[in-house]
Amino acid sequence: MSGKTAQVLNVLSSVGVAGKDRSADRDVVYVYEMPVRVWHWVNAAAIMVLAITGCFIGTAVPTMPGEASDNFFFGYIRFAHFSAGYVLAVGFLLRIYCAMMGNPHAKQIFYVPIWRRCFWDELWQTIRWYALLAVRSDKCAGHNPAAQLMMFSMFTLTTAFMIVTGFALYAQGSGQESWQFGLFGWIFGVLPNSQDVHTLHHLGLWVIVTFVLIHVYAAIREDIMSRRSISAIISGERDLRD
Amino acid sequence: MGEATETFYSVIRRQGITRRNFLKFCSLTAASLGLSPLAANDIAIALETKPRVPVIWMHGLECTCCSESFIRSAHPLVKDAVLSMISLDYDDTIMAAAGHQAEAILTETRAKYKDRYVLAIEGNPPLNEDGMFCIDGGKPFVEKLRSMAEDSMTIIAWGSCASWGCVQAARPNPTQAMPIDKVITNKPIIKVPGCPPIAEVMTAIVTFITTFGKLPELDRQGRPKMFYSQRIHDKCYRRSHFDAGQFVEEWDDESARKGYCLYKMGCKGPTTYNACSAVRWNGGVSFPIQSGHGCFGCSEDGFWDKGSFYDRLTTIKQFGIEANADQIGRAAAGAVGLAVAAHAAVTAAKRLTRKREGVVQEKRSKVQS
Ligand code: HEM
Ligand code: HEM
Ligand code: HEM
Ligand code: SF4
Ligand code: SF4
Repeated sequence: MSGKTAQVLNVLSSVGVAGKDRSADRDVVYVYEMPVRVWHWVNAAAIMVLAITGCFIGTAVPTMPGEASDNFFFGYIRFAHFSAGYVLAVGFLLRIYCAMMGNPHAKQIFYVPIWRRCFWDELWQTIRWYALLAVRSDKCAGHNPAAQLMMFSMFTLTTAFMIVTGFALYAQGSGQESWQFGLFGWIFGVLPNSQDVHTLHHLGLWVIVTFVLIHVYAAIREDIMSRRSISAIISGERDLRD
Repeated sequence: MGEATETFYSVIRRQGITRRNFLKFCSLTAASLGLSPLAANDIAIALETKPRVPVIWMHGLECTCCSESFIRSAHPLVKDAVLSMISLDYDDTIMAAAGHQAEAILTETRAKYKDRYVLAIEGNPPLNEDGMFCIDGGKPFVEKLRSMAEDSMTIIAWGSCASWGCVQAARPNPTQAMPIDKVITNKPIIKVPGCPPIAEVMTAIVTFITTFGKLPELDRQGRPKMFYSQRIHDKCYRRSHFDAGQFVEEWDDESARKGYCLYKMGCKGPTTYNACSAVRWNGGVSFPIQSGHGCFGCSEDGFWDKGSFYDRLTTIKQFGIEANADQIGRAAAGAVGLAVAAHAAVTAAKRLTRKREGVVQEKRSKVQS
């Protein structure tokens, strides 16, 4: 433990986020393990690429001059979308693996403990904090209940949905013999007209955009107000001092 | 009506079609089914030796566009051969018999060829008011359909009407028109959607089923894979412009003249499974995109109810006013963005005021701990 604390301190000071008052008995919790942090930033990058290229796919680009054989612009945009889609999907699978093998915090984005009383109490507390009614936020080690609720509903579910519908759309191009169709073709049993799959995949973009807006705002705000957010997703520790 | 052992070959010879034309018909069919040249021989042998499979063609709520398409099959030979075969049995639009005489054929075929005849349905039955919106031969069509389906070998659902419902089943669907597979659930059904389906596709499918006595390989939606496994977009000759990023933006712009991709004009080729871009229409003359207009998606489920024909995405009506995915998304993201900005402002304001009082508070809490 003490070895770990030392290591923790090292990382903390190297990242330069520790407070002025650097005593060894501070409440430092190691929340985000290395793989989760790496995943977070890879995932964030993949989603940025997916969102931007997705918008282009949805509205198409201004017409390119010249011969068709000299251009492959839209093709490259779609290629970037599909590559980032693969990164997102593989990352998501790895993230599930982390949830199974990692610490309890790594499981948080995959469920909402609605059966626990304390979850509702804490949720109420947090809502008051965000409603600017409470003066101080609870010291949550991982996500606070509101964040957990949002992460689960707007991020985890939406991402899973985007992966399933995305690969189903991909299977339309790769054909009915492809593994993508084998794994995700059932979508077209639910929605026989793939136009609806496009529409829902497109709506998913906006759910993700909304999530990112709230999420990045909350992260920055939390960082300014309580200095225990962004540092956590970079270094992994959360400093629970006042 | 012929004997039970009668073959297709003997029938068309009797109809005056020469053996030479029969062999041509076999090789054309093999080609259109995408089979090897050797299969022409198999088809010929099958048609010469196997008992003829009778086809009963019935019409529910429909516009007859499927029949119109069918009789325009590119090769007159195919049309002659297949039509002469079908008109032998029952098709109330083109057969010679009428009235009670015609209806008698149905009962006769049903008894004589139990589990051996093909039931081809054009249109669909309305279920509302006990099916009274479509009366055929003095009875609701849905009853006729159920009774004929009972003893059939297999069912062909012609066109988007029989396959998906089409215009008569478009919202709010007052007559409760239903696609065939929602009414008949215990028989193999092959869907040949399109409004109408392509003539060559129709004749090839009839020939396949009557020749081999079974359905061709079907996809998940019950459509024959040989014609519906690829989208219009996958074989569209404008696809290179799509990949290049060259799009028509107005019906009369320079890009339209140059024949660029119609994606921005709402072409539904990327979501439509049909053979138009490969087989084309009117004997291979053209197809909508070749004539400068996007695909409507006429062979897809509920294509009347997906909003404008000139939008690739579905209009979402659940929000009161009609909106598309982008409008809804932008509204939601915009509202959240505003909320975030407001929240940030209030936080900052609170923080400032608290900082002034905070000095006192902090001191107090330090004393406590
Ligand atoms: C958060 C993740 C994602 C976002 C925000 C996103 C966004 C979008 C958007 C906005 C479109 C345009 C839809 C339209 O208007 O038709 C699109 C299309 C598409 N996306 Fe995604 N997507 C995501 C994930 C994925 C994944 C994981 C895949 C799987 C490889 C994928 C594959 C596709 C495909 C195949 C298309 C259709 C491309 C075409 O029709 O040319 N997407 N995406
Ligand atoms: C500038 C951009 C971003 C910043 C500053 C940021 C910051 C953070 C921070 C501080 C946390 C920890 C939150 C907490 O403890 O409650 C976090 C977690 C998370 N972020 Fe981000 N983030 C960014 C972009 C994104 C994007 C684009 C996505 C994907 C849509 C994303 C998805 C997530 C997820 C799913 C978690 C939960 C991690 C877990 O528990 O496994 N983030 N982020
Ligand atoms: C004395 C010589 C020949 C005789 C008497 C003969 C006779 C026939 C007959 C009666 C038919 C059927 C035509 C019909 O039913 O309308 C036929 C078809 C055919 N014969 Fe010959 N044939 C001879 C030589 C050849 C040769 C030398 C070839 C090839 C090099 C050939 C190739 C064919 C082919 C390909 C068909 C099918 C034609 C079609 O379906 O259009 N025949 N022949
Ligand atoms: S015209 Fe339609 S089907 Fe052809 S490439 Fe463009 S979008 Fe695809
Ligand atoms: S191009 Fe599209 S709308 Fe036109 S006939 Fe073919 S499937 Fe139907």
